[in-house]
Amino acid sequence: MNENRPKHLALSQIRLPLPALVSILHRISGGLLFLALPLLLWALQYSLRSIETYTQLAGVLHHPFSKLFMLIIGWAFLYHFCAGIRYLFIDLDYGVRLAQARASSKWVIFVSLALTVLIGVRLW
Amino acid sequence: MVERIVTGAHYGLRDWLMQRVTAVVMALYALSMAGWLLLHPGLNYDAWIALFSGSVVRTFSLLFLLAVYCHAWAGVRDIVMDYFKSSGLRLVIYVAVILALLLYVIWSVQILWGF
Repeated sequence: MNENRPKHLALSQIRLPLPALVSILHRISGGLLFLALPLLLWALQYSLRSIETYTQLAGVLHHPFSKLFMLIIGWAFLYHFCAGIRYLFIDLDYGVRLAQARASSKWVIFVSLALTVLIGVRLW
Repeated sequence: MVERIVTGAHYGLRDWLMQRVTAVVMALYALSMAGWLLLHPGLNYDAWIALFSGSVVRTFSLLFLLAVYCHAWAGVRDIVMDYFKSSGLRLVIYVAVILALLLYVIWSVQILWGF
């Protein structure tokens, strides 16, 4: 292999095509969800254990930082959900052509953002 | 002889399939849960605990959480495989992630059957 072949890795200059943006955001949102797992499990535990811990959790979730956290994790979940469904269809050979892939990428970004806005409205 | 190193690539077809199957399980559970939440707008502790007291909901919640952990394993493994070049470091991260996910399994059972 030619070790001197030119590389273009100036990340700031690379303009990602929309389906590539959907792909990298799928990774980022998945990574975020993984990192959030212990906090989400803790919240589930507190919501179920007793009325005292439920009330305590409701108090913690009322804090602005918690709301910001829920908004970010809510986005990560909704985005990962929408993009994941798109990938399942692509695995089944639906929507593989470039025009369709671009159109479904737009839908993924639009629907996940719209639902995230709804969560935001609900939180504040 | 093919050299197989413990943190190598190309052994992923089963994981790939598992990732898809668990994705469908999680999507169905998430939609059901979203539907329930939409039907119960003023959520309170009694309604919440009544939902999770049923053994069907407990079972499917555990199935959902196990699906999350299997799915997360495939995803995290893919990310680590792509961005961490040293196989020693990859091994350390894999072991940490596996241990964390196994602990989450135990924790999940405690959460769902511990009230």
